[in-house]
Amino acid sequence: MGISRREFLKIAGASAIVGLGGISAIEILHPGQFEASQVSRGPKALVGKRWAMVIDMKKLDKQTMQKCIDACHRIHNVPDIEKPKEEIKWIWKETFEHAFPGQEHEYMGEDIKHLPLLVLCNQCDNPACVRVCPTKATYKREDGIVMMDMHRCIGCRFCMAACPFGARSFNWRDPRPFIKEENKEYPTRMKGVVEKCTFCYERLAVGLQPACVEESKGAIIFGDLEDPDSEVSKILHSKYTIRRKSELGTRPSVYYIV
Amino acid sequence: MHEEWKTLFDPSSPKQVPLVRKFFDGWKVTIGLIVFLGISILPFLFDLGKAAPPPPEPKIDTPEIQKMVEKKCIEPKSFMKTEHMVMLDDWRDWYVREGRSIYTATDGKQYNISLSNTCMKCHSNKKKFCDECHNYAAVTPYCWDCHIEPKEEG
Amino acid sequence: MLETALKGSRTYWSWVIFLLAVIGVGFISYIYQFRVGLGITGMSRDVSWGLYIGQFTFLVGVAASAVTIVLPYYLHNYKKYGRIAVLGEFVAVASVTMCMLFIFVDLGQPLRVLNVLLHPTPRSVMFFDMVVLSGYLLLNILCGWYVLGAERKGVPPAAWIKPFIILAICWAPSIHIVTAFLYQGLPGRHYWLTAIMAAKFLSSAFAAGPSLLIVISLILRRFTRFDPGWEAIQTMAKTSLYFLIVTLAFYGFELFTAFYSNIPGHMHSFKYLFTGIHGYTKLVPVMWICTALAAVALPILIIPQARRNETALGFAAVATFLCLWLEKGISLVVGGFIPNPFERVFEYWPTIPETLITLGVWGIGFFILTILYKVAVSVKEEAIFDKYGERQVRV
Repeated sequence: MGISRREFLKIAGASAIVGLGGISAIEILHPGQFEASQVSRGPKALVGKRWAMVIDMKKLDKQTMQKCIDACHRIHNVPDIEKPKEEIKWIWKETFEHAFPGQEHEYMGEDIKHLPLLVLCNQCDNPACVRVCPTKATYKREDGIVMMDMHRCIGCRFCMAACPFGARSFNWRDPRPFIKEENKEYPTRMKGVVEKCTFCYERLAVGLQPACVEESKGAIIFGDLEDPDSEVSKILHSKYTIRRKSELGTRPSVYYIV
Repeated sequence: MHEEWKTLFDPSSPKQVPLVRKFFDGWKVTIGLIVFLGISILPFLFDLGKAAPPPPEPKIDTPEIQKMVEKKCIEPKSFMKTEHMVMLDDWRDWYVREGRSIYTATDGKQYNISLSNTCMKCHSNKKKFCDECHNYAAVTPYCWDCHIEPKEEG
Repeated sequence: MLETALKGSRTYWSWVIFLLAVIGVGFISYIYQFRVGLGITGMSRDVSWGLYIGQFTFLVGVAASAVTIVLPYYLHNYKKYGRIAVLGEFVAVASVTMCMLFIFVDLGQPLRVLNVLLHPTPRSVMFFDMVVLSGYLLLNILCGWYVLGAERKGVPPAAWIKPFIILAICWAPSIHIVTAFLYQGLPGRHYWLTAIMAAKFLSSAFAAGPSLLIVISLILRRFTRFDPGWEAIQTMAKTSLYFLIVTLAFYGFELFTAFYSNIPGHMHSFKYLFTGIHGYTKLVPVMWICTALAAVALPILIIPQARRNETALGFAAVATFLCLWLEKGISLVVGGFIPNPFERVFEYWPTIPETLITLGVWGIGFFILTILYKVAVSVKEEAIFDKYGERQVRV
């Protein structure tokens, strides 16, 4: 073998130290294997600094909402579990009084109180879930998306306690039997991990808008808040929009026109 | 050395101490040792008399690969054989955590970073390609708990 | 010293076998949970923590409460606690072990637990909690075992152990403060979002811990030749009493803040716990039993004549322990999740397998405690005390 004992010990020692930092021994044994290669963004990838969404409830009817939900859940293999206790949802309908608790009042008409809204992960700019995750399984990407790394999640559910929007679901059992039609292009989840909406990061990577945006017939607008010329920026500048529980300081990136 | 042991190993010593008598609860200890030994060699006992399992023969003869003009993987075969797990590990971090979805191989060709949509599009025979070796080496990667494996006959 | 745990009476062995049976049943239930997933528990999308995390929270307190014995003994030279200091430390060892097991059984992907070390994340309180708990476990094993060993040899403990003992004393409150931080730093969970949480955690722990030690001491007095000392038991009763009063006062402060400010979000959980909301009342009996237990324990502990009565004291100690267990081990965690962020109510009640796993972990805790106490008692039975019952003198 080409390695002397001394060399081996050096590598073993170094890998024991560096291994904690996430670099494997193999990368040291084969230096440059991966350096020669490159990873990059796709040529068509949508790139932003802080992705955000404006949901115009005036333009959304019930059927379109359902279409948005169905498209999202179909594409992402979100299981359809009837037991409310174990339900998994990425985007769903919630009435005004429950989506914006404290904003309703007793003189409000039933139709406004019970007006269905679309709710999903708010992709907060200051996410409490990311702060509490003990393994960085949930983290904020450079473009503002609060991501889930399903490979790393240990299922402690601290993020579910921390999220003030109830946006996170846990896989209380193997979700596969509850997926009617699998989308082979996208993974399912395994039991024991937390999941949520990811702003369709996998679609942005190939230049597509999030699935719900595509289905919404213009009622949901998606764009970059850091870009003053983006449509979302212009709407937020000119129209009255509200966010869920903005008083908690998590700075949600999903805005509503009600 | 302890006094007793000294006398034990010294043949000229007038007071040889029999070893077994000094064993308190000797039979209990012996039974315990036998049980322990039995349990520890259990895996070997199970395999006793059985022929060694045949070495794995992963198949790369899928229709997709047959159609290829130049039958090669994204990196050299020898490299893929030993390093595919490291590569997949890096891939998932690059794609999921860093949002970088294109891998430029050593030969300059570009590939989408995706287990299901890149690797398994050619290697559509998970049973004969992945499982063959993984079973032999008794490793159980949990890729397929989430990533959907290609439909296979049988 | 461990060999002393292998020789014991019929009662001792029956107890050990009983515990092993409980552990076995718990283990089988855990295998079921491991295969199927946490869906076998009563937890849900809305109440995503339940009995397991409640037990964890409560037991961190019990572990921390060893300091109520160790501190007066080592820092104030309170000699009455000389005989039981090690008992406090061993309670801490058993409790921290249970805490870790409760976290483990609560994980959705338990095999990935080492990810916490592989990707250390100092901004996460959970990460800190794991660090301080492991540290506290090691410190207590070290101090307890070493001091007991010295006692057995009939020599005073060497000086080098002293810094570790002092470190353990400082460390004890930190484990419970960090555990409180798990809850009190979360936006949008009004029941937990209160600065007094850490203080209330410590006070309820320092009431529950000594009450457990009182019960254990009374049992030891009855079943072994080792007497922890009547004076020591009385002092523990007073500690428990004062901290129980402080805990109840803290709870009262919370009620005042919620109801005088009259902010709906701050009142919701209290209303759910004590009266139920929208007809959901599963935890109402728990809270009223809890209140009743406090009402029973308090006068017994306050009135000197009652406190000095062995039976009454035992009763009060059990009541205190149960009261605080119901409050912290069940209602605190569940109550924080109800109503959910949409102000809807989804209730929680543990399932049978979940309860069996919980009992199994408690079984492991009591098993560890039994073994450690057997060793400690065997060592201490050999020692006799001078006429003041303070210094131990060899036979």
